[in-house]
Formats: sequence, structure tokens, C-alpha cells
Amino acid sequence: MSPLHIQQGSSKHSAYDLRDPHSEVIESHTLAVIVANEPGVLARVIGLFSGRGYNIESLTVAETDHKGHRSRITIVTKGTPAVIEQIKAQLGRIVPVHEVHDLTVEGASVERELALLKVEGKGEARIEALRLAEIFRANVVDSTLGSFVFEITGAPAKIDAFADLMRPLGLSELARTGVAALPRGGAMG
Amino acid sequence: MSQQKTTSQMTGAKMVVQALKDQGVEVVFGYPGGAVLPIYDELFQQNEIRHVLVRHEQGATHMAEGYARSTGKPGVVLVTSGPGATNAVTGITDALMDSIPMIVLSGQVPTFLIGTDGFQEADTVGITRPCTKNNWLVKDPDRLAETIHQAFHVATSGRPGPVLVDIPKDVQFAEGTYTPPQKAKVDHYQPRVKGDIDAITALVEMLEQAERPILYTGGGVINSGPAACQLLVELADATGIPVTSTLMGLGAYPASGKQWIGMLGMHGLYEANMAMHDCDLMINIGARFDDRITGRVNAFSPNSRKAHIDIDPSSINKVIRVDLPILGDVGHVLEDLLRIWKSRGRKTNAEGLVRWWKQIDEWKAVNCLAYKGSESIIKPQLALQRLEALTKGRDRYITTEVGQHQMWAAQYLNFDGPNRWMTSGGLGTMGYGLPASIGVQIAHPDALVINVAGEASWLMNMQEMGTAVQFRTPVKQFILNNERLGMVRQWQQLLHGERYSHSWSESLPDFVKLAEAFGCKGIRAEHPDELDDAIMAMLDYDGPVIFDCLVERHENCLPMIPSGNAHNDMLLPSDDVRGAIKGIGLTLV
Repeated sequence: MSPLHIQQGSSKHSAYDLRDPHSEVIESHTLAVIVANEPGVLARVIGLFSGRGYNIESLTVAETDHKGHRSRITIVTKGTPAVIEQIKAQLGRIVPVHEVHDLTVEGASVERELALLKVEGKGEARIEALRLAEIFRANVVDSTLGSFVFEITGAPAKIDAFADLMRPLGLSELARTGVAALPRGGAMG
Repeated sequence: MSQQKTTSQMTGAKMVVQALKDQGVEVVFGYPGGAVLPIYDELFQQNEIRHVLVRHEQGATHMAEGYARSTGKPGVVLVTSGPGATNAVTGITDALMDSIPMIVLSGQVPTFLIGTDGFQEADTVGITRPCTKNNWLVKDPDRLAETIHQAFHVATSGRPGPVLVDIPKDVQFAEGTYTPPQKAKVDHYQPRVKGDIDAITALVEMLEQAERPILYTGGGVINSGPAACQLLVELADATGIPVTSTLMGLGAYPASGKQWIGMLGMHGLYEANMAMHDCDLMINIGARFDDRITGRVNAFSPNSRKAHIDIDPSSINKVIRVDLPILGDVGHVLEDLLRIWKSRGRKTNAEGLVRWWKQIDEWKAVNCLAYKGSESIIKPQLALQRLEALTKGRDRYITTEVGQHQMWAAQYLNFDGPNRWMTSGGLGTMGYGLPASIGVQIAHPDALVINVAGEASWLMNMQEMGTAVQFRTPVKQFILNNERLGMVRQWQQLLHGERYSHSWSESLPDFVKLAEAFGCKGIRAEHPDELDDAIMAMLDYDGPVIFDCLVERHENCLPMIPSGNAHNDMLLPSDDVRGAIKGIGLTLV
């Protein structure tokens, strides 16, 4: 779907989406924005959010199609349904933006984030950290006698939970990539 | 083949000029400087494109806006790097707010100096990113021509707007391959122009049944072109639906037309605002529910169903939630709308419309533009009424500055066609009118072009009188001089207890002597008795005129929807205005 053909109030076009367009409830939405990979596009997208007072909860960007000069920006944003619709329309009219997809309403999607956590400690705490990492299927990617760096992939909530557990065990540094997301099933409509 | 290849090889500077020619550009408004000298050298060596030397880059942008708004063609601006580009920012923002197609070409320091804080270096694409539809920094001469063609395409397609192409000086000198317009890739940006037929049919059904319908039209009708304006006239006249318009849309439906009920909004007519408030079907055609129009949003036209025709998806449901959005170009949508309405038997709710017009006529009887006349002082309203009467029937274009005079001009001057009214609506840029009038006159050398101004706004870009004289544009600067920042003073009276903080100008220039200093004609009118003769002298003079019309200093611009009020809660000339803005309105502008 071209961004310029975004149906306003996309709720109207789905039998399953019962969102109230007048709702004041703040929703979190994950948007996939396919852009031409040219200078300044990311600045334009970010500038739109700051200039118009929208929230960015998470943002990831990288080239995904070298030959086609396309990058994919994944944005997690929050707002009322009306604000979310406005954000999509505003994104859609940026000239180098090719597609805007609201993964939250366009059907099921998977969201993953990668995080690196440095945990420093000795003795029991160190063993406990390692044990918990195993439960969370985190990998050890670096270790010294006094520290580990864990690599964990998962939904943001899983990373939050893991980080919360590591904190009392000596979490000293945390780096997160932000959310990458794809719709489940076949190609996007 | 091989010869063709060699002729398409040229310097970046030559490509710029070639691209402008291939885009049909006739005039460029600009100011030279170090980073655009190669382009100026190419301009020097040709005769197809005319260059208008401005006195300040902001002037160039407003001239381009005046040119664009009065012709429907894009305006082109050429400025140097650094201060040249930053001076253009106000005009670029103005064009963005009012959807004016404009192409700004800016010089930049050579690529190898970018990022070193070089002399006259500024991050031009960074600075102009939020105030352009799109902008480009071109580092590869082979991409230069294509980028300029794309810039024209983007500026003029969909909802028009300003674009900027930043060209480093070494790219202007470098050789590259010229890409002609036909070969430039523009397929990605193709905004949809046809409206959804089901939605248009739904609107026809609503229109057939409505008892109190209203057409609320905006600048989008004018941007869509003369054909769209003609379709609007046909729709309104055939259905008998009243038409009101925003400031930007004046002239799309003729003021002399039967269905016209005047401008709406903060300083709109009582009958137009009351009709907006009480209608049962509002058809927004190419307008955007601006805050000058809506008044208090939660009291905006509470009992109507609303349809919105707009080419920009982001305009829909941005401020006012509508019941029926139609995405598309006004002209295309109106064409389909009329066709469907006719094929269904040209139905309207005739009985309802009769009652509706009866109601509107009662509102009209309030005579909201009445004002107290004076024997000794020129009332600004009178000055405009006389200007209107004495220029009636002439090939006339009006530009304005921003403030009270602008609103009075909108209220008291009548426009019977599109592209005749150039004003800074969205951004409200003082200093717009004088350069805009020059841009209009450049496009229409034989027409009567008048800038209705306030003395404070006019001073903001008065250096452009030099441009007017140099290029022999006989623009008439009709200055309503109240020695005040009139609108600021009015608001201070309305909400700041008549404490007139810094809203008057001392040591104003003698405008007649100023005119002489610029080498044009100055005329002063101080008394109502001499007004007509003075205006005739201005109209008869074959050259630029600065007309200093001394008017009542503390006249208020009414009627008015005080900020924070609803449409049906207007201040009329008979009301006491002191402390009229209250509550939430105090925080609004």
C-alpha cells in the first residue's frame, strides 16, 4: 500500500478492529516505515516527531535493500487513536517515504529487540546471574573473572524482565537496539 | 548518438540554467553571492530566463510566492549559501503554510569544505528540512539536473509547497551529464488525485437531503486551478448551497455570485460564521480547519455532518474529526461529484434550502461590517471601500501585509476570480505584501497591482521598493497608516487592559519623501474629502507609488470571534470590546 493511499481511520476498514476513533486511551503502536535510503530521511522522520510533539518509544533503522536503496525504520510510538492516525498520515506525506505500515492494526506481528548487558560481580551473585541467563536463553558473549556481557533477544518486555533481575546482581551497563518488527505470515498487503 | 552524448555534457552551473529552461521557467528572483557565482555567470550568458535582483533574500521568496499565487506556476528563487539561505527561511516557511509551489536553489560551500564552518557555510538542508516539502543537497554533478526536475515535480504535485536544492560550488564547476526532464525519475511521488467514487456518491446523497448545507472552501480550490474554481461555481449555483471561504480561498467563488455569503473565521462575516455553526451539512473543499476558522474546537459546528475534500491525507481529521473524508484533488472530485449529482436527477432539499436562506438573510441583516463614519478622519474601512469602488472592473491584483489592514481588505474588497488575492494566511508574515506585489506585477506587467499594507508591516521589507523601481513594476503601495501595530494594539485592548506595550511606532519615516528617495511617487491622504482624488492620482500614475493614507489610529477590526469563543459568539461593531477575551482564550493567539 502506498503511503499516499493510507485510509484514514483504518479501523473502518477491518471487521475485527473495534477501536473507537474518539477514544482518549493512549495506545502503543509499532510502525514500519520503508524509506528511500538517501541522506536526511531519518532526520526528516525524527524531526516530524519532535516538531509535532509525538512520542518515540523506540526507533531502529538500517538499510534493508541495498540494490533498491531502501531502509526500514521501525518506530514504536504512543498516542490516542487520532494521534496515531495523524502520525501515519504525516509520515506518509514525507516525499522519500515509500510505505507506512501500522503493524499493531494490520494483523499479528512479531517484535524483537536485542540487548547487551554487562553484569559485574563475584561469588554467589555471579553464579546466579549465569543461572538466570540460561533460563532467559541469554548468551555470554564476553567474560572476565569479574564480569559477563550477556546477549539477549526477545520482546521488549522480556528484556525489561531480564534487566530487572540482573540489576541487584551487578548490572553496570545496558545497551538496547530498539524494536525490530515484521508481520507474521505472507508479504504485507 | 555520440554527438548527443557530448552535448549533454556540461558544467553543473550550465545544467541549472538548462534545467530551468526545460521546466519553462521565465523568471528567477535572486541575489548573487560567492557560492552561486558560476550560476550567475551562466545566467549572464543567456536571454531566455529573466533575473530579478532583489534587495534581501526574504523579498525574493515572497516575490516568488506572489508570482506563483497569481499564475499557478511555481516561483523560482536563487540565493547564495549561509546568510542567503537563512534569509530565505521565512519565505520558505510561508510558502509551506500556504501551499505555494516554490523552488529555491541555494549555493553551498564546496563539498570538501562542508562541515568545516567555512565562510558563509550553513547547514542549509538541515535548517530548511522542517520548512520544505523536501530538500536535497547535490554532491554529484551527474545527479544535479535530475534532482532539479524532481524538485519541480514535488513542488507542483499533490499539495504544492516549497522545495530547496542546495548546490555546492564545486558541483557548479564540475562537468556532468545533463538529464532532461522526461528522463528524470519521479514515479515514486504521485499523489492520488481521483477521489473514491463510493465516498463521493455518499456525499451526493448527503447533499440531496441536507436542509442547511454549506460549502466551506479554501486555498486548495485555487491551487487545484481555474477549472476547479469553475466547477465550484457550477456546483454552488446549480444546487443553491451557500458558499463561504477562508482567507486563502477568496476569489474561487466570485464575491458577486448569488451563493456567496462572505469570508468566515476570526474576522469573517457574521452570516458566514453563524451559517457554519448552524449548518447540518458542512462540505469542506480544500480547506484545513485552521484555528482562525474553527474558533473553539469543541463548540465548532456542533450539529453538522462534515465532509472534507483534500489532497493531503494529513489534513483529514487533524483538527476536526469529519464524517466523510474524500482524498483527492478538488477539481477531480468536484467533477465526479457534479456528474453523479446530475445523473441522480439534480435533487436538493428545496424546502429546507428556502428556510436556510431565509435564516441567512436574517443574519445578513445584522450588517456586521457597519462602522461609525467620520467627517474629519479617514476610517480604514472607508479607504478600502473607496479603493474597491475606484478600481472596480479593472484588471486588478491585491496583495497584503499582515494585520488589521489585511482583515479589512478581506472584508471590504471583492474578488470575482481566483489568483487575484495574495496574502500570508498560515504563517502571517509581516513584510509579505510589498515583495509579493512585485512578483505579481512581474507576472502581469499590464495589470493593476496594489499592496494593501499597514505602515509597520510595510517597513519590514521596504528595501524592495528599490527592486520595484529598478524593474519598472508600477506597484501601488496602499498604506493604511495608523502609526500603530494595529492588531497588536487591538489585542492589548481586548485582553491586556489597554496597556499598549510597544505597539506604536515613533519616528516613522515621511513616506512621501521616502518615495522620492526611492525614485518613485509619494502621495498622502489625510482627510476623507481628498481620499478619492488621491486614490485616482495613485491609479493614474504610471510607476510605483507609495500611498500614505493616514487613518483612525484606534479603530478595531470587527466583527471578531474572540479567541476561545464559538462561531455564534462574535464581537460585533456595536459591542464593548474591552476585556472581550477571557478564560482559555487568553492563552491562545
